[in-house]
Amino acid sequence: MFRYVIKRLLMMLLILWCAGLVIFTLTYFTPGDVASLLLGKEATVDVIAQKRAYLGLDQSYLVQLGHYMVNTFIKFDFGESWVFSSPVITELIIRLPRTLIIGLTAMVLNVVIGTLLGIFAGTHEGKWQDSLVMIIAMVFVSAPDFFVALLLILLFALKLQWVPAFGIDSWTCYILPIIACSLGGIAINARQARSSMLEVIRADFVTTARSKGQREKVIVRKHMLPNAMMPIITGVGGGLATVIAGSPVIESVFSIPGIGAYLLAGVNQHDYPVVRACVIFFALFASLAVLIMDLCYAFLDPRIKAQYSKGKKVK
Amino acid sequence: MAAKTQKVQKTNLLLEFFYRMTKSFSSKLGLILLLLIVLLCLVGPFFSPYEINGVDLLNMYSGPSKAHLLGCDAMGRDMLTRLMYGGRYSLALGVCASLFGALVGVVIGSVGGYFGGITETIIMRLMDVWSALPGILLCILVSSAMGSGFFATVIALTVGGVPGTVRMIRGQILSERTKEYIEAAQSINCSSFMIMFKHLLPNVIQPIIVTTTMGIGSTMIMAASLSYIGLGIQPPNPEWGAMLSDGRSYIRVYPHMILVPGIIIALTVFAINLLGDGVRDALDPKLRD
Repeated sequence: MFRYVIKRLLMMLLILWCAGLVIFTLTYFTPGDVASLLLGKEATVDVIAQKRAYLGLDQSYLVQLGHYMVNTFIKFDFGESWVFSSPVITELIIRLPRTLIIGLTAMVLNVVIGTLLGIFAGTHEGKWQDSLVMIIAMVFVSAPDFFVALLLILLFALKLQWVPAFGIDSWTCYILPIIACSLGGIAINARQARSSMLEVIRADFVTTARSKGQREKVIVRKHMLPNAMMPIITGVGGGLATVIAGSPVIESVFSIPGIGAYLLAGVNQHDYPVVRACVIFFALFASLAVLIMDLCYAFLDPRIKAQYSKGKKVK
Repeated sequence: MAAKTQKVQKTNLLLEFFYRMTKSFSSKLGLILLLLIVLLCLVGPFFSPYEINGVDLLNMYSGPSKAHLLGCDAMGRDMLTRLMYGGRYSLALGVCASLFGALVGVVIGSVGGYFGGITETIIMRLMDVWSALPGILLCILVSSAMGSGFFATVIALTVGGVPGTVRMIRGQILSERTKEYIEAAQSINCSSFMIMFKHLLPNVIQPIIVTTTMGIGSTMIMAASLSYIGLGIQPPNPEWGAMLSDGRSYIRVYPHMILVPGIIIALTVFAINLLGDGVRDALDPKLRD
């Protein structure tokens, strides 16, 4: 088990390193001269040349890449924003909690409500409750999350005026983004939970439990749920990464100054240190989430745990 | 004689597929809805009395009326005309990007799965790196790096989906490549290319068809998100997401400008998802809920 974790961590480092390489290359080869874009149309040729030298843009691709990789992965220095000349890392740290609050809360809601709805639908297979839940789930799988977000703003912020439409002035500002972020995921998880419930509902061990006179509630909780939960738990890591990665869109709808909005601003203003740092953050977050979920999965599923202990004995 | 019976059986399978797919009410509904929307987008603009970018300053922001069935936008352009024309972009983006992604994924995955060994290891590790960044993020980055044309957007939308397809097809091939018919094909000196795409592929393609069909819907949502944040298809071209983006400044006073394109996106994706469920049930009864 320990060796497995070490191996995964090394793999993660390699992946981050590659992500850095890819994002540097992408931004390097993006068309348009950054220095003249940053300085505006009225800048003279000399000033632009100075700016290019100052930013180190006059060096060759390999030299720039080398500088970037050393600074980022050995000195952990993400550089300064080209537009605001402030260190990127401080800005990232200020913005991090806002993005995380939305992402993590939405993910918890996804799993809890989605699973409950899926179980509810699965145990009422073929009845109207099942159809109702599945139709609603289908609607929210199909609606783009930013459109749902706009509808929520229209209804709860503008018509009813219960919560603010944008900003981060109070905790009520986070309610709508969290709901908007989670509705799609709830729908996906409900569909997943329902179909895995239906898979185990006809399994032999359920029939056995029923034939020995076990109560229906206990069967659902103790026999069906642990088996049906596995696909959902596997999806949590990836789902969390997706929710966080979708933050540029949701944060732009609600004008929340989080990491997604920072990335988007960086992309629009050609502020590449910002873009690169945000991407490294997203990659780090995604691989950490998947790693932690894989470990939990191995821990929760006795069959996989048994594989590990077997492996030890053989060695 | 043998060829003849084989042919008859093939048509039967296809008919059987359509029969099974249209058996359930929901997939029938999805199919009809989707056909309607596609038809509207293809022939609709020809019958519209308005131009796509025809500015009409008298009708700025006007709501639905007899002359403008779905109202007008901030420049007095007819929403219905723009919707029908923009649908061509949205639908084409969804279909092209999903198909292209599936194609790239199938080729890479088949090569990795069939040859095994070092080729497989390199390809799978590459896919690990590739999928380290979530799809929507890659899409944003590639789109901003490549610019805003139609093909650039298709590529951007394709990028995120490739690793998933590669993993899936390689997993399928792993269980298939030790079977006798592959050995038989190898023993009569069949080329690797022929084995991969003529013998292996038909046996492993089913799940790919299902995920690709389902993927069209989510790709369309991704395309709309891209235009919403200002990348992808650019104004004045009326892509659905871009129309939504245009309307968001007026959400307080003229909500019809976001409702109309938003509902049509949701409706189209809804139809595609219903159809996708139908395709899945028809192709693989084991996967049926």
